Amino acid sequence: MASFAERKLRLWQGRIETEIDVGGGGPPLVYLHGPWGLRSDRAFLDLLARSHTVYAPKHPGTSGGDHQAAHELDNFWDLVVYHGELFDRLGLEAPAIVGHSFGGMVAAEYAANAPQRVGKLVLIDPVGLWRDDQPVKNWMIMPEEARAKALFADPAGPAAMGFFGLPEDPKARIAAQVDFVWAQACTGKFAWPIPDKGLKKHIHRIVAPTLIVWGKADGVIAPSYAQDFAGRIAGSRVELIDRAGHLPQLEQAETVAGLVRGFLGG
Amino acid sequence: MKVCMFHLMPYRDLPADFDRRYNSAYIDPLWFDVADADKVGQYYNWTLDEMVYAAKAGMHGLCTNQHHQNVYGFMANPSLMGATLAKLTNGQDVAIIQIGSTLPSTNPPTRIAEEYAMIDCISGGRLVAGFPTGLPTDATISNGVVPLDQRERFREALDLVVKAWSAKEHFAWNGKHYQLPMVNLWPRPIQQPHPPIWIPGSGISSTAEYVIDHDHCFCNLNYFGARNAQSVVERYWELAAKKGRDANPYRLSFLQLIGVSETDEEAEEYARHAEYFFHNLLYTPPYYMAIPGCLEYDALALAMQNPARQVNLRSLTYKDFVERGFVITGSPKTVREQLLDGVKKLRIGHLLALLHFGSMPTELCRKNIGLFCREVLPHLEDLWDDEWEDRWWPERLRLKRKVAALAGAAS
Repeated sequence: MASFAERKLRLWQGRIETEIDVGGGGPPLVYLHGPWGLRSDRAFLDLLARSHTVYAPKHPGTSGGDHQAAHELDNFWDLVVYHGELFDRLGLEAPAIVGHSFGGMVAAEYAANAPQRVGKLVLIDPVGLWRDDQPVKNWMIMPEEARAKALFADPAGPAAMGFFGLPEDPKARIAAQVDFVWAQACTGKFAWPIPDKGLKKHIHRIVAPTLIVWGKADGVIAPSYAQDFAGRIAGSRVELIDRAGHLPQLEQAETVAGLVRGFLGG
Repeated sequence: MKVCMFHLMPYRDLPADFDRRYNSAYIDPLWFDVADADKVGQYYNWTLDEMVYAAKAGMHGLCTNQHHQNVYGFMANPSLMGATLAKLTNGQDVAIIQIGSTLPSTNPPTRIAEEYAMIDCISGGRLVAGFPTGLPTDATISNGVVPLDQRERFREALDLVVKAWSAKEHFAWNGKHYQLPMVNLWPRPIQQPHPPIWIPGSGISSTAEYVIDHDHCFCNLNYFGARNAQSVVERYWELAAKKGRDANPYRLSFLQLIGVSETDEEAEEYARHAEYFFHNLLYTPPYYMAIPGCLEYDALALAMQNPARQVNLRSLTYKDFVERGFVITGSPKTVREQLLDGVKKLRIGHLLALLHFGSMPTELCRKNIGLFCREVLPHLEDLWDDEWEDRWWPERLRLKRKVAALAGAAS
């Protein structure tokens, strides 16, 4: 396993503190997590860190030291500008950016706004587009059972167990429960009530070579959206993943990491 | 103390299998599968009639509220009801308690400042201005407010409304959520600088602290009865004391389901309406009530540490609701004993009596109001007034009560 270290940056005129997990070695890769926080993605990051220096920032508000950070960003535009500052401060000129779900929407919007600042782009089950005939499910108001089925091809499998599992220790257990809800609150601020915040108007500006990865059993945003993204990003490629739902990087970690590393040339 | 009639205006004739068809009173029930617009027209009229009847019977205030997309109560714009009640009760010493319009989901919130000012003018200064943050489903799903913004918008909007009510000059509002170039509200409320402000809350959230800081009245709209509110209310009074506020009971309003009959046995007549209320109307699953962001981080952490006792309302019967104190029913004697006990223990200044609940037909509601106002209310209303002044009540009504009390003492 690659060893990850935590970096802290104070950004946004000193009003936001962001923790960034940094690990591995090789060309830089930024990973933007989805609505449930960074916690579950660490095993996947280990795989990416074998060939890349992985930078995994925590979404504003989900860093341990600054729970109020999301209140400092008024809207999705602020969030995109904030990411520009974050990458500047990390000294990343044109890194590969991998975004999952909500993080995919952020990555795509950033790549559309600053086309020259993204080397390559990987979108894993991204949200950000909307079709009335296949509405994206609102992941913040799902009954537990329906949520497990929407997120995982195998809702009783090891990936789902790990994702929903809670620590034994009562204190750690409560902390994990709070983090799980709060991460949705802080990301949801920029996606509620419908995760269609303008990407459809900007997406044609993306010039980075793009890989679109989608779990075939995604119950949050249907795999048919893969073509909606691909059709709007010139030269992009789609990979559909068997036996995976909305979190293919957890359910089929080796496969997805292999595809990403192959695409990035790592 | 003050005793006020509270009404939710629910759907009174749900199909018998409603609780099997729908997992929630909110959002899920489809209008065309469940409801009938002619019936609903009748409900609105009954509701207004019941409220006016309660005012004539001696209630001190009439409470309206705002909810959306549900069978539980749908005064979608409480100002429509409040304005009607203000007109129908002109000349009576009854407060019009709007508790009320939801600021975070109204844009611009000066719309509510205007509506409330209109009601205050129509009623001759009898308005109590209630400002709920709104249930999570109402604000975030029905009205699309970003959950994490709900409380922030509420606070900014209330600051704007209060300023708009009393500012002597035009002003520009350059806020985070609202921008208005020249605010110069027409009309202004009779009550200056602002009508009494009441704010509902659950007690766990940051709302209670906000209410105390701003010296408003806190309304615990708790549907599980005074007997189950001890810890929440105790925490409120502790917080008030810690922040240097006095123990004036009028800092607290509290809601209670009540059904009065001639005897304890006859109070069985409320059984099916209580069950209808708790099984069909109040039942909303956690994924609609605990939407991420509706609780701020600290409140969320507190809620996770002290998880609310999960009660499956649909597994309980009327007997359970009575035994657990969710609803207080019985003869006038039983009801007043239980109420007096609860009111004194919790230091409730304003009792909000939910005298219509569930499928209760209008005849039974009027009987409940009549019995309550004749046999129970007189035993409650003298509480607290020898020691405390109700600073959260319309001033003109306060003066009239004083004059009436003096006249009573002189005769």
